[in-house]
Parts: sequence; C-alpha cells; structure tokens
Amino acid sequence: MNGAHDLGGMHGFGAVEIERDEPVFHGEWERRTFAITLATGFLGKWNLDMSRYAREQMPPAEYLATTYYEHWLFGLEKLLDQHGLVRHEELEARLRDAAAPARPVEGAGILAARDVEKTLRTSRTSKADEDVAPRYKVGDRVITKNVHPLGHTRLPRYARGKRGKVVLDHGVWVFPDSAGNDLGRKPQHCYSVRFTADELWGTEAPTRDAVHIDLWDDHLEPA
Amino acid sequence: MSRDDDHHHHHDESEDDVQEHRTHGAPLTDVELRVRALESLLIDKGLVDPAALDALIDTYETKVGPRNGAKVVARAWVDPAYKRRLLEDGTAAVAEFGFMGRQAERLVVVENTRDVHNVVVCTLCSCYPWAVLGLPPVWYKSAPYRSRAVIDPRGVLKELGVEVPADRAVRVWDSTAEIRYMVLPERPKDTEGMSEEQLAALVTRDAMIGVATVTR
Repeated sequence: MNGAHDLGGMHGFGAVEIERDEPVFHGEWERRTFAITLATGFLGKWNLDMSRYAREQMPPAEYLATTYYEHWLFGLEKLLDQHGLVRHEELEARLRDAAAPARPVEGAGILAARDVEKTLRTSRTSKADEDVAPRYKVGDRVITKNVHPLGHTRLPRYARGKRGKVVLDHGVWVFPDSAGNDLGRKPQHCYSVRFTADELWGTEAPTRDAVHIDLWDDHLEPA
Repeated sequence: MSRDDDHHHHHDESEDDVQEHRTHGAPLTDVELRVRALESLLIDKGLVDPAALDALIDTYETKVGPRNGAKVVARAWVDPAYKRRLLEDGTAAVAEFGFMGRQAERLVVVENTRDVHNVVVCTLCSCYPWAVLGLPPVWYKSAPYRSRAVIDPRGVLKELGVEVPADRAVRVWDSTAEIRYMVLPERPKDTEGMSEEQLAALVTRDAMIGVATVTR
C-alpha cells in the first residue's frame, strides 16, 4: 500500500539527529511493547510480514506523528484483535477497569522463559528451503514493475518502473507481498538490485552513486 | 467509539504535556496505560510468560548490542583470512563468534574503501542487523533518515560529519528483505600497534551503519 511508512525520497522531515549515549529503550512502556510484540509473534498466529503490514495500516497522519514503538503497539493491537486473541473491546474494558475480565484463550503455544535464548538464536522467519529456479542471474538488467497494490509490498514507491542490474542472488525466500497479505509463502529468489542514483532521482544526482534494493522475482521484468 | 477514535485520543495532549509526564514521572501517559493494560490481559489469558518478557528485554538491553559488531570488525582488520570469510559469507563469519539468529538470517557485510562508501537504511520500516548491532537507535528509525538516506545520502552524511570525496562512490543499501547489512569501516591510520581488543573499542555503532568513520 502507498502508506506513510514508505518514506524513501520524501522531503521536509528535517535533519537527522543522533542522540548521544542513547539508551536501548526510552522508558518502561517501550520495553514492554517490544517484549509483548516479540513474545506474541512466537504464538504462530501471524508472520513477520503480516506484523509489518499491520503497522503500515496506521492512518498516515498518525503514523508520522508517533514513534516507532507506538507503530508496534498499533500493529500488535490490530493483530491480536483480528485473530481473536485480545478484542479491542476487552482492551478498552481493561483500560477503564483494571479488574475487567480476560476471556481465556485455549491451546496457545506460548514462548517459555527457558526457551528464549535458543529461540532467538535459531528462529527463522523468512529463508525458504524450497528449491526454486531463479529467473535472473547476477549481471542481468531488469526493470521493476510499476504496481500500486493495496496490500503489503516490499517494492518501495521510489523504485517502481526503474531500471537496475542484479548484483547478488540471495537465494530463495518467502515473498512478503504474498505472505504479508496472508496469501501463502510463495517462495522465490530475492536479489540485490543496483539502481544508479540518476535512474532513481534524475540527471542531477551524482552519477557514481547507487542504491541497492532487495527485490524478488515477482517484482522484476527483464529489461 | 471507532478504532481510529480510540487511537487518536492519545494525541489530545500536546507534545509538551507528554514530555512533562516523561520528565517528571507524573501520571502515566495514555500510551503507557495502554501497554500496561494490554500486557496484563496477555498475561491473564496465558498468551505470554512474564519471565519470557523479562528475558527478551534483558537479551537486547544487556547481551546483544554493537559491541558484537565491533568485535567482528576488529577481527577483520587484523586477520585477512577472517576478512575474506566475512565478506564472502557474513552469516557464517559472525556465527564464529556465536552471533546469529533473530534479524540476521542472512548477513551481508559491505566494505568501505577508498573507492566506495556504503551506508545502510530501511526506508519501509526499520530493518537492522540485531544480531551484530542490537536494536536500532531512534535516528535510524526516524522519518528524516528513512526519507533522505536514499535521495540525498551525501547530504545526510555531510551533516553527520562524513564528507565523502566526489571521486568516491556512495552505495546505499535499502534493507527491504530479511537480508541484513553491516558496514566494515576503514581501519584508521596509525593503529598498526594496537591489539584486536583495542581496535574493537574504537569501532562505533554509527560506523557499522555507515554514517560515521572510525578514528583513533
């Protein structure tokens, strides 16, 4: 979707400000949001791409006015509601009254504390084992599709309908434009595609410079 | 009340009010109350193990961070065979240190040289190589960086104190997949006598993202 999350190439946001000696989290609510998001991800009810898509659906004006973990919280509330794990009404009731009832959920396979270290070390979300033939090889010239899907996509707006060159074949991966919309894994090759700065931004861009974007077979056409 | 209305009422307070609460430990903000309510529901429903939540936080607050990446960089500077392995297969080379897993299913390490300056961004969300750098800083996740890094990388770098010579190419890596990128910065001059450990202490998080150079 052409949402506010797709920021590449926009103007007007001001300077990049690096915070000195920045803490990992800014406050307890960020810690808790991070942890409940990661932990519930292991329930297996949704995939990583669906969790990104949930955050992207925050209304644009709100997305731009809020912080990273507020996007996470918005996405988590949406996923929990959609999957019937925590309904919005339950959360609203709990906000009004700390003793409001929690409807039990049966049979959830939750992440146990003893499994955290091993799970973080070994968890794989997106690499696919299927043996799928690549449609392109390193050195091939490609053009990205000019598409504007309403659902989740990892083809940024600034790189649609642009000519590039395949520089790395990353192997076979889950295709987020399918998996993020809960339409299956659709495993296929993912490549690093090199776009010159002047192809993306016009002839005034420095000719030596380039942007490398990771794209899948289904994003590309031969050029 | 519609879903959108629920969410908009966070912002009835002005930013200054929110800042006030955060600074002075006054009443909890709406977002803080919301997270607390949601966590309590998840615990009551048996959907999360409170001890697992603490373990997740502890991992990324105290165990995994940019010191991991700094060790990798210092090793590459002193050991040419390791550097070759790192540039050939970053995932396997960092696994030699035990760094692996979440947010690094495939790690690609890109080398800064006299001819090329690499810089990493994620314009669509904030993908970042957690296994070697920990969780991303606020600026990396911010709209200014995500919007500008691809269209004006030289301008962003200059503001951050890195002037890339005109004859050196800037290569931006937009992390749109689950492949994660880390920059191998140039080794600073006059460090020949330094140990691997001393070198690692010079390497900063920002240099491994590509928005800083390493200095003695």
